[in-house]
Amino acid sequence: MTIINYDQRLVKSKNPYPKGPNDWKRFFSFNTDAKVIGIQYIVTALFFLLLGGLLGMLVRGELITPPSDLFDPTVYNGLYTMHGTVMLFLFLFPMLSGLTNLLVPPMIGAPDMAFPKLNALAFWLVPVFSIILLLSFFVPGGPASSGWWSYPPISIQNPLGKMINGEMLWITAISLSGISSIMGAVNFVTTIIRMRAPGMGFFKMPIFIWTVLAAQLLQLLGLPALTGGAIMLFFDLSFGTSFFRIEGGGDPVLFQHFFWFYSHPAVYVMVLPVFGIFSELFPVYARKPLFGYKFVAVASFGITILSLVVWVHHMFYTGTPMWMRNLFMFTTMLIAVPTGVKVFAWIATLWGGNLRLSTPMLFCLGGLFNFIFGGITGVMLATVPVDIHVGNTYFVVAHFHYIIFNTIAFGIFAGIYHWFPKFTGRMFYEGLGKVHFALTFIGATLNWLPLHWAGLLGMPRRVASYDPEFAIWNVIASIGAFILGVASIPFILNMVSSWVRGKAAPPNPWKAIGLEWLLPSPPPHENFEDDIPTVLNEPYCYGLDKPFVQDEQFYIDKSFKKH
Amino acid sequence: MNTKIKKFNNKKYLTIFIIISAVGINTLISLLMGYWSYSWLPIQASEAANYVDNLFAFETTIGTFIFLGCTGTMAWILIFNRAPKYDESNGQPLEGNVKLEVIWTIIPLILVLAIATYATKVNYKLENLGSKTKYNFGQDAPFVEEKKPFDFGPIDVISRQWNWEFIYPNGIHSSELHLPVNKRTNFRLITDDVIHSFYIPAFRLKQDIIPGSVITYSLTPTRNGVFRLRDAMFSGAYFSQNQTNVIVESEDVFNKWINETVKKELQNGLNPAGRLYDKRLKNGNRGWATVEPAPAPKVQDVGLEDRPHDG
Repeated sequence: MTIINYDQRLVKSKNPYPKGPNDWKRFFSFNTDAKVIGIQYIVTALFFLLLGGLLGMLVRGELITPPSDLFDPTVYNGLYTMHGTVMLFLFLFPMLSGLTNLLVPPMIGAPDMAFPKLNALAFWLVPVFSIILLLSFFVPGGPASSGWWSYPPISIQNPLGKMINGEMLWITAISLSGISSIMGAVNFVTTIIRMRAPGMGFFKMPIFIWTVLAAQLLQLLGLPALTGGAIMLFFDLSFGTSFFRIEGGGDPVLFQHFFWFYSHPAVYVMVLPVFGIFSELFPVYARKPLFGYKFVAVASFGITILSLVVWVHHMFYTGTPMWMRNLFMFTTMLIAVPTGVKVFAWIATLWGGNLRLSTPMLFCLGGLFNFIFGGITGVMLATVPVDIHVGNTYFVVAHFHYIIFNTIAFGIFAGIYHWFPKFTGRMFYEGLGKVHFALTFIGATLNWLPLHWAGLLGMPRRVASYDPEFAIWNVIASIGAFILGVASIPFILNMVSSWVRGKAAPPNPWKAIGLEWLLPSPPPHENFEDDIPTVLNEPYCYGLDKPFVQDEQFYIDKSFKKH
Repeated sequence: MNTKIKKFNNKKYLTIFIIISAVGINTLISLLMGYWSYSWLPIQASEAANYVDNLFAFETTIGTFIFLGCTGTMAWILIFNRAPKYDESNGQPLEGNVKLEVIWTIIPLILVLAIATYATKVNYKLENLGSKTKYNFGQDAPFVEEKKPFDFGPIDVISRQWNWEFIYPNGIHSSELHLPVNKRTNFRLITDDVIHSFYIPAFRLKQDIIPGSVITYSLTPTRNGVFRLRDAMFSGAYFSQNQTNVIVESEDVFNKWINETVKKELQNGLNPAGRLYDKRLKNGNRGWATVEPAPAPKVQDVGLEDRPHDG
């Protein structure tokens, strides 16, 4: 067995904290264990999901009636801006970094990440920029209130003329978030390329690893544009430069190019790992091999490459010339092809399976259902004439929530439930999980399905008040949002009580194939330590006579031994 | 009779029957959805509207077919492929099928290329956007002539934080946009504060207005009535108040309006944001920071804020 892609030096390298304390305090320290960092990220992110959700419910509270009556419109603008910012930069990115940290080393048989200290530093930037962002609620003039796009000139108007203002803190937080993500990306890409178990060639990697690699390469390629744009914006705001300021000959549209060059791929950075989760979970709960493994794997990179050349579809009505609009419409349309390959492969994986509808599977099925819908409205938005009508309306808001919440957050919940026993060593309560799923699915559908019609009728996004003809859709949406708020109760109850006093989890409760399931639950500090299995096949050979690793029984027996 | 039952007992025929009827039902529902999709959109009031709605209906039809095809298959699986309790055996060990995978790569590819080609044709047919000319900020916006033919205009559309002003070729200033029906009208879109968007849902048209640039834009209204013009690009505190009415009239009525309005005195035009801001100041200026609203434009026709609208 060749071991080309396996670097012994990295495995043998000394971990700075070889036997760190195994108590709860380690979660509050500068711990370099990827599994600790993963849980730090996930718990932090879940806290911000609650905060972002609360802000979202305040926004929906204002929008339940046509006039602007709950808040002053300036307050409404700050609330929706912070809702978007918290959800993207404080919930989704840290959450996905957390899942990546937890899953990548065990899934590829590595003891830890390639750069453990860099990894811990990337995490500890999260509380730093989160606090900076939240402090902006308390500065004079309130937080940033120009939307998460922060388009100039509106974002650099600085009405009070103070040096420290909400927008300035916002840009600082976003730049730090970008730096944190770049650190994470360097780490993830290096780890995946250099530290895979013997025998694990690229076409034997789990799909989750493929999608993480595709997503993190996107981070490395795209983030410099956003971070650079953010720094220029900072200079325009604070030091009177004129990169985007018209008074000095700058061009406000230039910022939109910097912003969307990263921020469109950013959606794929978030959705690709969720596609990975779908690809991992469907085979387990349908008891079937993943249909067309190689097609699904390569499709991830098809999405990565295409997503770098579609950003102008956010700018179809900013005065971009005809040839550019048509070109970017074609590239955007093409993304439907690799994405379609994945969707069809998942359905074919389910076909003829032996389905177990446990909580993670329900979230996966719900996420796939919603994703098909969101993908179709995405194709509609990609066509220029339709986008010119529904762009910047609630149709777009509904579409991206179908992707970002109804697909990505569903996939994240699926992943959390699926790997919860592995990393906490406890089983969760299936009944509470199902209640959580039912409330989430009903709430999310009520919240975002009706808003498509509000948008088609011409209700602009980001309004604090609206004409009465849109009221009915908004009332239903607000009820959905409050149901989503209620849905967090069974989830929190389940996670906390299961972790504290749930039944002890066996090493492989779902009878899944994968290196992480050959480890004890929870896995020991350096995963396989010196006994790294030699991988023979991709981890989806359910019902096939193909062994996954050499001496599988040895690792299974070992995983039952207490460490 | 007997032979017929035998045939249906044959699994192959049953499969074909189920597939054909599923595709048939799906096609029917998809066509119906495409037909219904017109009712989800506002009234059609410009030349562009019909093209956009047809494209949207076409996409709704195809989209419904794909959505129901995929989710219908998922529903079938959920009904017939559930594992009984305590059954942990594996399903059919299918690893893939290259022929099938190539088919479901090629068909979507052809489909999206077809949709994009159709949409490109619509773009070339409408050609609403003229030119975008940059100028030195602080100077008056330069006069940019539209090269493509038009019947009326140019009307200067000025958007501010947060009101609209329309200046006609004969010098009329108005708070509402009066347009002659069935005439291709040319606009020069101007702003001197932040980005706004000129969006009339009943026209299915939207164009951002960029500070530091003059954008020329043409459209043809096709229906008499009152339609909402909404700023669609977030422009700050009173963004949602930055709306006015578009009044499309027959040529006679329009000409009459022009001739009567030109004689009127200038006075303060529509400015709902200013009113809300004054209320805020009266209540102690609570809330988060905002720039001050621009003063009301001086216009000959002040318009009517709560005019009932058709779309």
